[in-house]
Amino acid sequence: MNVAVAKTGNGRAVSDLFASAEGRLPGSPSVIATRREAFGTYERLGLPHRRIEEWKYTDLRALVGEVLPLAAAPDAAALKRAAEAVKTHAIAGARKLVLVDGVFAPDLSDVKALAGQAGFKTLRESLEKDAGLLKTASTDAVISLNAAMATDGVVLDIADGAQLSTPIQILHIATSASASAFTRSRVAIGKGARVTIVESFISASAGAYQVNDAVLITVGDGADVAHIRLMDDAPDAVNVSSHFVTIGAAVKFNFFNMTTGAAVSRLQGFITLAGEGSELSANGVNLLQKTEHGDTTLVVDHAVPNCVSREVFRAVIDDRAHSVFQGRIIVRPDAQKTDGKMMTRALLLSDEAEADNKPELEIFADDVSCGHGATAGALDDSLLFYLKARGLPEKQAQALLIQAFVGEAIEQIADDGLREHVIGIAERWLERRS
Amino acid sequence: MALLEVKDLKVRVEEREILHGLTLTVNEGEVHAIMGPNGSGKSTLSHVIAGKPGYEVTDGQILFKGEDLLEMSPDERAAKGVFLAFQYPVEIPGVATMTFLRTALNAQRKARGESEYSTPDFLKKVREVSKSLNIPQDMLKRGVNVGFSGGEKKRNEVLQMALFEPSLCILDEMDSGLDIDALRIAADGVNALRSPKRAMVVITHYQRLLNYIVPDVVHVMSKGRVVKSGGKELALELEASGYAQFEDAA
Repeated sequence: MNVAVAKTGNGRAVSDLFASAEGRLPGSPSVIATRREAFGTYERLGLPHRRIEEWKYTDLRALVGEVLPLAAAPDAAALKRAAEAVKTHAIAGARKLVLVDGVFAPDLSDVKALAGQAGFKTLRESLEKDAGLLKTASTDAVISLNAAMATDGVVLDIADGAQLSTPIQILHIATSASASAFTRSRVAIGKGARVTIVESFISASAGAYQVNDAVLITVGDGADVAHIRLMDDAPDAVNVSSHFVTIGAAVKFNFFNMTTGAAVSRLQGFITLAGEGSELSANGVNLLQKTEHGDTTLVVDHAVPNCVSREVFRAVIDDRAHSVFQGRIIVRPDAQKTDGKMMTRALLLSDEAEADNKPELEIFADDVSCGHGATAGALDDSLLFYLKARGLPEKQAQALLIQAFVGEAIEQIADDGLREHVIGIAERWLERRS
Repeated sequence: MALLEVKDLKVRVEEREILHGLTLTVNEGEVHAIMGPNGSGKSTLSHVIAGKPGYEVTDGQILFKGEDLLEMSPDERAAKGVFLAFQYPVEIPGVATMTFLRTALNAQRKARGESEYSTPDFLKKVREVSKSLNIPQDMLKRGVNVGFSGGEKKRNEVLQMALFEPSLCILDEMDSGLDIDALRIAADGVNALRSPKRAMVVITHYQRLLNYIVPDVVHVMSKGRVVKSGGKELALELEASGYAQFEDAA
């Protein structure tokens, strides 16, 4: 125990976290045993820190220090606040699935409307049977912690050939300060299915809450999937999300993440192209200000031949904020004819802003086309002057150029309505700039 | 009435003085040409009037409608009615020309306390003007000046002049990079905007442009000063004899 305390550096016994929550964690006795094991892994590792290569730029021990206790289940007042937040952030026409402080909220969700389109249950229900969903192909301290502590989540089954014309929006709403929400979801997409999944992370009242989310996605052959994540957390929040995506053959998978909030955030995505002839488009935008720290880490694993992956990432960093992009493309020995490209650009709006771009290619096949590029720079003065000479005040001229800069990533979203929704969030971020 | 009064203007770039006491008065309704050899300070003058950063005014003043222009930011100058047609208009990828035009027009109107243009009125006006300038509609959907030819970029500048309706237009080397047909279209656009309330300052190295935009007054600049002023015949005289005589005079 003393070892664990020393490792987290927070001066308190980490196992308190688990012991005090254990009675509320769903699952059969075998599931609880799996959780204990996962918590043991977390205790042994402690929060990731800079000497762990994958976390070099996002030292959670320094940035976060301690994991806050499990949030209480939402009461009526919290659900009411959450309902207001849903109204503001819901995408028109989407089937909503709402998690409030880590607990599924059926009254705020469109379970009935979804029934004809997708199989649905909660993680809580799923864990009554077995612990399968608590296991992932790879793990680290935060993923282990998630497996130990996950209170709820959504488990979706999209049938073979299902064509969903409206998006499914999973809303994570925080209503309590100084507490953690642990959620884990799974989406299984059938062969030839067509679906759009949106995840929104928001708060109903600003506070220093913590989110630890994990999502497991499997995509059947020939499916066409758009997956959009919007991390629009409160300014003092912490959000660490882990994604595991396994993609079958002849799939089109379009992924987009945008971070516009949280004091500390990290999205780590592990995407495996496991079937031939698939196309992955994985894009992201970090919009950071004040002292925010935002990390997008994507590992794209070409496990089979003949797949295409494209990554476009943009970071706009103001004040003393810090953006991290780590992009790794792995090409396995058999994955001939892989075509993988990654381009990341950072726009620094202040002298104290910081960008770390770390592209990595690990290529074990000999007949591939892979490349990456990274740039960082300030707004172009000649463009700014042109706009000002046409009557745009400084901030408005900057805003127009910033929108154009992130537009290269946002325009990868095919659906007009969703793209407009994303642009709206980016515009609100621009308005928040002091 | 004097629209623009430049009085004994001295301007430095880094440690070098470029304008050494330049004086120029432009009245409403007049078209002035400023000619001169490379390095005489023509473009510096246009940049200082528009408010481009990087120039240090060490002495003198610029009044626009009697107000101190040097105290205003570039966007305030634009809203007051100063328009600089750039020698090399910049390309702005990702900002659609239509969005740019509407944002700029409404920013100027807002600064003047006027109501914003409604979308139908705006579109009608853009279509009208772009048609007369031979600017195809699909060009307006593209990024500002992105992939435009030299002639298209200059026509886009004239389009903005027509939309924003400034009272002072400064055309900085509008003829550079244009073939004769492109020059004629741009010049016709400019001529259509001549009015008793609007003044223009046409900066050019060559007399050729002044065949199309005929000035009321011609100034010769050399080494940071206006060394001679006269009627339009002065331009022809320069074409015949060159700038050498004035370089000695300065």
